[in-house]
Formats: sequence, C-alpha cells, structure tokens
Amino acid sequence: MNRYVERIYNGIVKENPTFVLMLGMCPTLAVTTSAVNGVGMGLTTTAVLVCSNFVISLFRKVIPDRVRIPAYIVIVASLVTMVQLLLQGYLPDLYETLGLYIPLIVVNCIILGRAESYASKHGPILSALDGVGMGLGFTVGLTSIGIVRELLGSGKILGMTVLPDAVEPISIFVLAPGAFFVLAGLTALQNHFKAPSATNKAEGKKSGCSGQCISCQNALCREDKREGDK
Amino acid sequence: MRELLLIAVGAALVNNVVLSQFLGLCPFLGVSKNTKTAAGMGAAVVFVITIASLITGVLYEFVLVPLQLTFLQTIVFILVIAALVQFVEMVLKKISPALYQALGVYLPLITTNCAVLGVALLNVQNEYSVVQGVVNGLGTALGFLIAIVIMAGIRERIEHNDIPTAFRGTPIVLITAGLMAIAFFGFSGML
Repeated sequence: MNRYVERIYNGIVKENPTFVLMLGMCPTLAVTTSAVNGVGMGLTTTAVLVCSNFVISLFRKVIPDRVRIPAYIVIVASLVTMVQLLLQGYLPDLYETLGLYIPLIVVNCIILGRAESYASKHGPILSALDGVGMGLGFTVGLTSIGIVRELLGSGKILGMTVLPDAVEPISIFVLAPGAFFVLAGLTALQNHFKAPSATNKAEGKKSGCSGQCISCQNALCREDKREGDK
Repeated sequence: MRELLLIAVGAALVNNVVLSQFLGLCPFLGVSKNTKTAAGMGAAVVFVITIASLITGVLYEFVLVPLQLTFLQTIVFILVIAALVQFVEMVLKKISPALYQALGVYLPLITTNCAVLGVALLNVQNEYSVVQGVVNGLGTALGFLIAIVIMAGIRERIEHNDIPTAFRGTPIVLITAGLMAIAFFGFSGML
C-alpha cells in the first residue's frame, strides 16, 4: 500500500483515536448527544489537526527540543482561535452547540499526541495526511457514538424519527450519564471480542504518546507509567 | 454574598465539572485507583484552578479588554496556565517542601487538564467579575475533588468484586461514573 494511503488507513482503522487509542475522551463524551454534533466536532478537530500537523512538521527543525511543548501549544492555540472565529462567522449554529468545547480543542490530547509522536519526526505532507487520517478516525468515532446515543435517547437518527411512537426513548442516553454508559458498553464489547484497544493491556502500550505523559492526558498511558515508576 | 454562594454551590454540585460537563475526565479516570492519590490530585487541582482563575480573570479584565485583544483569550490563557503550573511547582518546592512532596507529582499533569482552561473560559463566557470568577473556580475545583475522591472510594470497594470479564478495567469505571452522574442529577433541583 502506498505510504500516503497507509497514513489515512492507519488513522481511521488501525489506530483509531476514539476506539483504539482512547484519546480525547472529554469532547467524545460531551458533544455526542446527536450524530450531527459528533460530525461537527470531529470535522472541526480534523481541520485543526491537519493544519497543526502541517505547521509543526514545517517548523520541526527550528523548534528547540526543550521548549517544543510550549511551542506546539502556541501553534495549536492560534489555529484553534482561527477555526473558532471562522465557525462563529459562517456556522453560528454549530458554534452555539459546541460552545466551550471549541477552544478546548487546544488541550485535546490527540492533537498534542500526534504533534509529539508523528509530526515532529516526519515531513509536512505525510504529517498533514496523518492529521487527515486521525481526524477522520475521530470523526467516525464521535459520529457512531452520537448515532447510538441519539437513537437510544430520542429515537432519532440524524434528526429523523426512526423508532415508532410505541417505543419510549430512554432519555437518560442523551444526558450526561448516558455518555458514560455508551462508552462503557463499547469498551466492554471491545474487551469481549479482544479487539485491539487501549483497554486491552497487551495492545495498551501503543497509545501513541511515546511516554510524553505530561503533554498527553491519556489516562491509561499514565497509569502504565505510574506502575513503571513504582 | 448570597450570589457568590450560589455560584460556588452551582459549580461544585449542580454542574459538577466531571460528571455533567465532562471536563478533566482523564485524571478522573486515570488517577482514581485509591483515595489517597485521588485526594492529592484533587487538592492540587483546587490549588491550581483557584489561582488560575484569579490570574486569568485579572489579565482578561485589565489587559485584554482595554487593549481589545479578547480574541486572543485562548492563547493567552493556555500559556498563562502552563507557566503558572511551572511557577507554582517551583515556589512550592522552595517555600513548603512538605506540600510539594504531597502535591508535586500531580502538578505537571494539571497543565493540560481541560478543567483549568475550561473554567477560565467559562468565567469569561458568563461575564463573571474577578471575585465571582475565583469563587466559580474554587467551587468547580471542589466539585472535582468531591467527584474524584468518591470515585476512588468506590473503585477501592469494587476491586475484588466478581465483575464480568468483559467489564473489568475501564468499562466498570465508566459505568460507575455514569451512576455517579445520575446521583448528582439529584442536586439539579437545588438552585
């Protein structure tokens, strides 16, 4: 397989950030009340991720190693601000729904994780494609969680009612606790079928953050490190 | 005074930062294996969020607004928070080694805790004054402390229970969090 296509495949399937790496859990749980929100958040993150990977990769030889994390944060924060203003201008509805979670893309561990583990070591084109793959993988993850929650919680898919009136939707699924339950069910299924995931210990080491636990908030990776420290 | 109290209770219980706003989930799931470390993490978060909301509030009101640079808030806040955490770490090391021993390990982990940035941005969004912002920050952080300590207590109790194989590890923790979130719904009628 062509190595450019491989990057995209890697992001969507092999190292899917939501299902396999389990990164960026805060937006995953917070904005997936419906499939449309999931798509919106996913694509917004993708836009930031592609640009940040590209820019960081361009500057990778200029940024001194010791200040690289602050430098990455400045780049990502600038890009997020731009995206936020664009959304506010052109897609005010989406901007309203996502609200606080747009500026919080800055601290999404997928972005810093990819900057650290991929963009700082590879060329700009490959890094941008890595961003496309990872971003689309994230979008797929958010959308599917959104579809499940929307179906169970309000009986709709993409805003269209699919469940008959006789079936009472379980409204808890569109509220906060539902997010936890859906994700719990999902990871349990992955455990059951031994699908590769950060929750299965054997595959857990591939969390893509290369031990940079300060820059990355991946809980499992940090737990591994803490156990190593003891 | 009454209004400040309402903000604090609202932030700590009604709109609990972890269970209803999903901020700071990673430390919540990652550092909640036993009550002692959970309390340490919670205390560090209380410390950092309170100081961070004070500093970001002052900066926003007296620097960004007069200069009409409010669109730079995200960049400014995240840099201030990152620098602040480093600074707090150094000061603690010098002034109170005992406190540093207790909180030190958790401090660097807080830099990218989205709750810190989240509170700073929420304060701006809700147009809180500096004092209201600090109270909101303190309340939010106390909410985090309460949630993470309860979570750690539950996790200690269920550790040796007979959980179905598929649900061991992360899934059961998420289910626990979901049930806690339902319990915290009980507070929503309070205000």
